[in-house]
Order: sequence, then structure tokens, then C-alpha cells
Amino acid sequence: MPPKTMYEKVWDQHVVREMPDGLTVLYIDAHLIHEVTSPQAFEGLRTAGRKLRRPDLTYATMDHNVPTTDRSLPMTDEIARLQVDMLSRNCEEFGVPLYDLDSPRNGIVHVIGPELGITQPGRTMVCGDSHTSTHGAFGALAFGIGTSEVEHVMATQCLLQKRSRTFEIRVDGLLSEGVTAKDIILNIIRRTGTAGGTGTVIEYAGSTIRGLSMDERMTICNMSIELGARAGLIAPDDTTFEYLAGREFAPEGAAFDRAVAEWRTLATDDGAEFDERLALKADEIVPQVSWGTNPGMVTDVTGVVPDPGGMDSENDRRAAEKALSYMALEPNTSITDIEIDRVFIGSCTNSRLSDLRVAADVIKGRRVSPRVTALVVPGSHAVKRQAEAEGLDRVFQEAGFEWREAGCSMCLGMNPDILQPGERCASTSNRNFEGRQGRNGRTHLVSPPMAAAAAVAGRFVDVRDW
Amino acid sequence: MAEPFTTHTGLAVPLDRINVDTDQIIPKQFLKRIERTGFGQFLFYDWRFTGDGSPDTGFVLNEDRYRDATILVAGDNFGCGSSREHAPWALQDYGFRVIIAPSFADIFYNNCFKNGLLPVVLPGDTVRRMLRSAAEQHPYSVSVDLERQVVTEPGGASEPSGAPDSRGASETSDAPEPGGASHPFEVDPFLKHFILEGLDEIGWTLQFEDDIAAYERTQCTG
Repeated sequence: MPPKTMYEKVWDQHVVREMPDGLTVLYIDAHLIHEVTSPQAFEGLRTAGRKLRRPDLTYATMDHNVPTTDRSLPMTDEIARLQVDMLSRNCEEFGVPLYDLDSPRNGIVHVIGPELGITQPGRTMVCGDSHTSTHGAFGALAFGIGTSEVEHVMATQCLLQKRSRTFEIRVDGLLSEGVTAKDIILNIIRRTGTAGGTGTVIEYAGSTIRGLSMDERMTICNMSIELGARAGLIAPDDTTFEYLAGREFAPEGAAFDRAVAEWRTLATDDGAEFDERLALKADEIVPQVSWGTNPGMVTDVTGVVPDPGGMDSENDRRAAEKALSYMALEPNTSITDIEIDRVFIGSCTNSRLSDLRVAADVIKGRRVSPRVTALVVPGSHAVKRQAEAEGLDRVFQEAGFEWREAGCSMCLGMNPDILQPGERCASTSNRNFEGRQGRNGRTHLVSPPMAAAAAVAGRFVDVRDW
Repeated sequence: MAEPFTTHTGLAVPLDRINVDTDQIIPKQFLKRIERTGFGQFLFYDWRFTGDGSPDTGFVLNEDRYRDATILVAGDNFGCGSSREHAPWALQDYGFRVIIAPSFADIFYNNCFKNGLLPVVLPGDTVRRMLRSAAEQHPYSVSVDLERQVVTEPGGASEPSGAPDSRGASETSDAPEPGGASHPFEVDPFLKHFILEGLDEIGWTLQFEDDIAAYERTQCTG
């Protein structure tokens, strides 16, 4: 048998039916849903008189538009509340388990899936959210879909798909102190551009990737969509299996051992071919800061805002000019001279316990700059509980951070957590698009320790010098 | 069930930007609706309207001559970012039937087909010329024939203007194409078939219900 990539192995195991032209009815093992992209899908089922085929493989949470302030108070945004209530009613009608705002399992969909052990190697997983690629950190084939496809999965537990091209990204060597998984993925997108992975499924490999924790691997896979890829995968290994052992939905005892034996076979075979390849050296990566309005517009913290005049491509030059105008930045400004007004630590990219720990380490015993308002939003109730058990909430609050309830929050600003016009934010989230965090808000993407250090300094600083 | 798409002729509007993301197409504050309809009023909201809610006269969609546009011509990587299907819903509800660009983001591209909105990929040089023609000629009406997979420009549409154009003219051949230039485009046969017929994809998949059940038995998930 010819050698196969991990993607091909997972794909082949989920083919229900393949047509002569490659169109495939692909089985979906787990469907994650949330309040924003599901109501129209449920309505579609009702209108067509269809059942939801596998409520037992469907998992619902509320995360996108929920308030992160006191949950005992009613939601003040009437339209958001209607959407949240609608999800409750739909889940009840169709028998889908729901982790609502009062559930101890509630949180951002891409944080709770792994936390609960729903995310497992070799599974196919989808969600009406582009950051579903996060789950690929476990060797699950996971990708974002639109609402019509959400309805399709609800009705059939399958999707109609064709195979993607494959893209191997290798990162080898040791990361410097203060450089994180976030810096790796921002550096990758900086190299490929935001469309460099379009039409592909990425496999991240190499010694640096192997050395990362599950939280860090999730940060990498999470942003696969920011280079346009359908999904990002990392081969499961002992780090993966240790993370999964004992999780609520993970197999137990002998079944777990059998599963591990199976999961070990998923890794890409020696000699398997990829359509594209990219290799990076970890020791060349320094902390990254985005300067523009897409996640490919990134530079080193030691660098300067680029000069569009020096760009070769006309398209790039015009895009950079527009971006700098929106961001109110002058070419050749040192990144460390950029002052900030807000800090957001959170999102499905960087709101897990290890993210909060490294950020807390940076600010311990210090104060947030008087010019900065800073917010920490844990990714889930479980992350929040554990962080509080470790006293991280006190570290943040004593430094002047607000400590909030779990949710997507200022990553996309559907709830009241938004930037005011003109405000500049150091954010651990995944998108710096115009208006993403609030109309005319200016977002700089950074790692959690970089965001924490910026909160204290009131401007970007190289966290390696901290 | 998606609205079928066969042919369409309409006025084209140039949105001369690359990497137009779905946050721009439909900003997040409008994602709270629970219907599929009514999103057109919020399309490109932050570009169409100023902070006080009045139309931004500098934005191309607000120009009177493009009021009836049904074809959007844009730069590379259109629709990148979020998976929100609200983006094609907003474009279609506003009145668009076709988006022409040199490349699209995957999820957005797929979402369009589910809604009878046709994304057409044409070569970068062709799109650059069309962007220019749509900006300089009026009316610039384009025909799209999905069955034949061809986009046709109006006669004389590709005549270069007298004014030099700094926006990429150096990267393209300035040789005008003959009037009524036609451009073939590629589309996946399965996507084409479904949108041409306006087929119900779920119904189509459900014809394999026995295979799905059989698969579930082998996986012990059934």
C-alpha cells in the first residue's frame, strides 16, 4: 500500500460513499454547535420536517454573544438574548445536550470540546465556526462550515466533500524563552499570507511542534484558517494521550488502551507525499506583533512598521497603505514605540489555563499602565475555576486587570466587550480585521505574555527582556 | 433548497480591494438575527455608513450609478475569515447574484453555492481589467452563463481609457480585448450541477441513508 498522510488516513476511515468524480459522502463524528450559526439550520430542519439524525453526536454551547459580566443578571441585549433562548429551545426540541450559561461545562466551543474529551484523534469534527481547525491539534480532521452545512450535518451526520490538497509545515529546533506557539503561527502566516493555505489541509510537524503542550498545539491549529486552510493537523502522541486520559467523553480503562493503539497508527507514513511544504527554524522566531488589518501583516517586536513604498507587489502596497491608514500608523515606527489603550487576553486561540499562567507570570507584582484598560476572559468555566484555584484571578486583579466570565468576548465583539473608535488593543485573539473588535478599533495580535507585558508598559515591549 | 442559477446579466460594480473578509461583508453586530433574510441592509455596513449612520459617499456601492448593480467584481481572496453564511445571505439580499474575483476563501466559496449566489474565478489580469472597466464605463453590464461557464463583457468594454491608471497598469498587458470579450471559467461539476438545478443537497445525501446507517454499524456509533 502506498504511504499515506494522516489526513488521507482519517479521510479514508470516514468515507460513506465516494462518487466517480471524487465527491464523497463523509461521515462526521462530532458536531459542535453554538447560538449564532445554528438557528437558521434548526429552522431549516423544522420547515422540511426532518429529524436531527444524531443528537448524541451533537454538542451545543453558548459562547459568541454571551456577556462576560455577572451572569446572575439578565442579558441586556434583547436580540442576543433571543438567540441564546432560541438555542435552548432548539436543543430541547431536538434532544441535543446543551452546555448553557449555568452549566459548569460551558465555555468557548473550541475550548470545551478538547476539555471534555469530545475532541479525539482520528475523528471528523465540524462546527459553524472557522476556528474549528483548533481540534486538529489532536489529530482530528476538524473544519468550519456554513449554516447550510450545519443543517446538512444535523439531517444526515455527513457532509459532501472533495479531498483537499495537503500542506506540510515543519518547525524544527528550540524556541527561545518568551517565544510562544502564537509567535510560531503568526510567523507562518506572515510567510504564507492569508491565502497561502487555501484549498489545503495542513499538517504541522517537526521537533518544535512535537515539544509543544496540547494548549500550544491548539493555538497553532486554531489559526490554520488565517492562512486560508480548511484544517490543521498534528499527529497524536503521548502528550495527546496524557491530555485525554480521564476526560469526560474519552474512553476508559481497556477501551482507552485500545483507542491509543489505534490512534498511534494515524501518523503520516514515512515517504508520504504532500502537495506543498514549508520549513521553519524555531530559533529564528522572535515575538511577533501584527501591524495591519489581516493576520499576515505581522512583524518582529524588534522591527518597525513596514513602508508600503518598499513593497514589490502593487496589490500588497495598496493593501498596506489602507491598513496603515486604518491603524493610524506611520511607516518605520518602531513596534516598541506603539502605545496601546486596551489589552484583551482571551479567545479560542489563547484563553486556556497555560495562556493565563504565562500572562500572570509576566504581570505578577506589577500594575497595568494607567493608560490601559485590560481584560482577561477565560475560555471556559473549567479554565476559570482552575485559574481561581491557582490564585491567578488575584494576580490579574491586583495588577488592575478585569477578571471575567467565559466566552468569545472581545475576539469578535458580539457582546458588549468592544473597542471604542480609535482605541488600540494588544489582543491574544486571531483576527485583526477592520472593525473586528469594534468599529474603528485597532487590533494588534500578540501572544499572551506579549499582551500582558504591553498592559504593564502601556506600549509593546519585547517580553524576552522582561 | 437553494435558488437555482443558470444565466445572469447585470451591472457590475468594482470593489477594488484584496482580502475582503467576512467581517467587512457583514459585521458581527448583525449576526444576532435568527432568520436567513434581511441582511442586505447591513452589507459592508462599516464601509457604506459613517459613524453617525449616514451613507459614506466615498464608498463605491453608494455611487448612484451602481445602485442597481447585481455583479460584484473584487480582488484576491474574497470572503476570507469567518465561516458566517450571513456573508452570502447579505450579498444576495442586497441584490448581488454573482461575485467575480481572482480567488476566494474556501468556506465562503462553498457557502455561496448553497444560496444561489455564484462565485466566479477569473484570472487576475482579467479581473483587473474588469475592475477598471466597471469604474470607467457606464453602464458596464456583464453576462454570466453558468451552463457554458463563460463570462461575457459588453461590446467595447475593454477599451482602455485615456487617463493613465496607476493601479496596477504596469503589471498587466494594456492590449484591449475585442468588444464583447468572453472569459471561460472553471467550476466543480458537482457544485455546478447543484446550483444549476437548485437541488436540495440534504435530500440528495439522504438517498444514501442506507449507506450512512451501514457505516454507523461498522463504527459502533449507531
